[in-house]
Amino acid sequence: MSEAFFDPRKKQRERRGRIFRWLCLSAVWFAAGSLVILLVKVTADGMPWLSWDFLRNDPSRIPARAGIRSAILGTLWMMALTAFTSFPLGVGAAIYLEEYAPRHWSTRLLQTNIANLAGVPSIVYGILGLTVFVRAFALGRSVLAGALTLSLLVLPVVIIAAQEAIRAVPRSLREASYGLGATRWQTIRHHVLPVALPGILTGTILSLSRAIGETAPLIMIGALTFIAFPPRSPMDPFTVLPIQIFNWAAKPQAEFHELAAGAIIVLLVILLLMNATAILLRNRYRREL
Amino acid sequence: MNDGAALGADSAPALAAAPGRTLTLKSNARRRMSESSIGAVLLLCGLVSILTTVGIVVVLITESIGFFREVGLVEFVTGTRWAPLFRDQAFGILPLLNGTLLIAAGSSLVALPVGLLSAIYLSEYATPRVRQIVKPVLEVLAGIPTVVYGYFALTFVTPILRVFFPGTGIFNAASGAIVVGIMIIPMVSSLSEDALSAVPRALREAAYGLGATKFEVATRVVVPAALSGIVASFILAISRAVGETMAVTLAAGATPRMTLSFLESIQTMTAYIVQVSLGETPHGTLEYSTIFAVGLSLFVITLSMNLISQRVTRRFREEYE
Repeated sequence: MSEAFFDPRKKQRERRGRIFRWLCLSAVWFAAGSLVILLVKVTADGMPWLSWDFLRNDPSRIPARAGIRSAILGTLWMMALTAFTSFPLGVGAAIYLEEYAPRHWSTRLLQTNIANLAGVPSIVYGILGLTVFVRAFALGRSVLAGALTLSLLVLPVVIIAAQEAIRAVPRSLREASYGLGATRWQTIRHHVLPVALPGILTGTILSLSRAIGETAPLIMIGALTFIAFPPRSPMDPFTVLPIQIFNWAAKPQAEFHELAAGAIIVLLVILLLMNATAILLRNRYRREL
Repeated sequence: MNDGAALGADSAPALAAAPGRTLTLKSNARRRMSESSIGAVLLLCGLVSILTTVGIVVVLITESIGFFREVGLVEFVTGTRWAPLFRDQAFGILPLLNGTLLIAAGSSLVALPVGLLSAIYLSEYATPRVRQIVKPVLEVLAGIPTVVYGYFALTFVTPILRVFFPGTGIFNAASGAIVVGIMIIPMVSSLSEDALSAVPRALREAAYGLGATKFEVATRVVVPAALSGIVASFILAISRAVGETMAVTLAAGATPRMTLSFLESIQTMTAYIVQVSLGETPHGTLEYSTIFAVGLSLFVITLSMNLISQRVTRRFREEYE
């Protein structure tokens, strides 16, 4: 070492330490403060617009009559369809990777690939969805095309979360089951999955809550047209809350900005409910094993 | 003793009754067949993720081949004007890259110091209780939808900037960069905190034993020991900033230009893709194929950053014990 580590000026060194500690603490306050300011700002802007009519009305070009019914229903459709496709696929892939996959370079490739997919920007998934689902599969700009796109987007996160839950199931449980003569699938189906399920559900809900806040991929597949009606089937055109928010926030008039804030409050409440459910599930079923 | 005997007597008939509903064992051959078909179905689920990657690569390359044939790679990579939608067309991606890098640099200025200092606070100074509360609170920042950050930038950050810098445009790189920076703080703070906490206690205690203060232990022993994890978190956070779309679309504008000023309107690669898909550009035209060329560039940039981050974690990890 070129510099001497020992420095006898203890007072000065301690003071430097206090300044650094203060600096670290203020960084935490900056981050937490930003969150508080953001929430306060949105609430202050949007609260006056929140009413039953706001939730019940469909979007309108007149601010006073505008509501988010079609956006809320669109978001619910989107959530249900995305969960419906991503959950089985994600859990299946996770079971394969944890319980079946051989120690082989192809398994490592699969795992690396999943990790890298989690880092692909969401708008690139939008381009994929537009080309494959909207055009090649001819699904058009429908709820189904949007949900399939979002499913691919959240799939890596669901797989990784489910893998962690499955990995947390102790070996002894599997060995006891094998010892009684169960096959691999019987062991998984009757012993591993029930224990891992709360963890898997928690992870899935959290990744779904990421999906319902997504805007860019849905804009890519063309969900930004003015839609005043909620979808009635998976093949209908749709709008969702984040897109409605983008729509209003991009307008120059202040009234529309406040409408956007109102919709943001609703979106954040939905996210909060989903996260609370996930945490409750985790705490409720966290068994000592 | 007595109880035990009674219990044994009670459970005997229960056992005797059990054969009434014994498990039916399927023949071995049938069991093996269903077993292997289940394995195959699960493998297919896993292959969806490979298909997704292949799909992304194939779509981006095949759809942008036509573009590169017409425009040429050299003009695309070195041109300093981007105006595919004007009559006087130009296809140089540098202005979009400039915008993206400006956002990445600006958000790093916010997120890297704040994230790292928060991580040091959480791992070195905070009590376990405080850490348990603060860490999830910071992670909420990453869970807020990006369109909400866009709204916040447009209606809160920009007006404040305009008070301090009167020349600031309604759309400017600074407000986009600031909110994206806030958004990626938790990536830096959480991942760095994991790396700092993984540094063994013995290392800290040895430094204390040599008479170092807490500050010296934190900055000269713990941070260097966790450097690979910290650098990896930095790269991941920047790659997230590069791919960020909605906040910059709303706040940073739609003017591709070569500039180093944070107060002007710019356009990022992601925002350009959104702009085209919002417009009326017909599919199949040269103008439309630009989104695939820009998307391909975006994909290549973020993928290489993620790969570098993984490489850094693996290669430069200091192994203890």
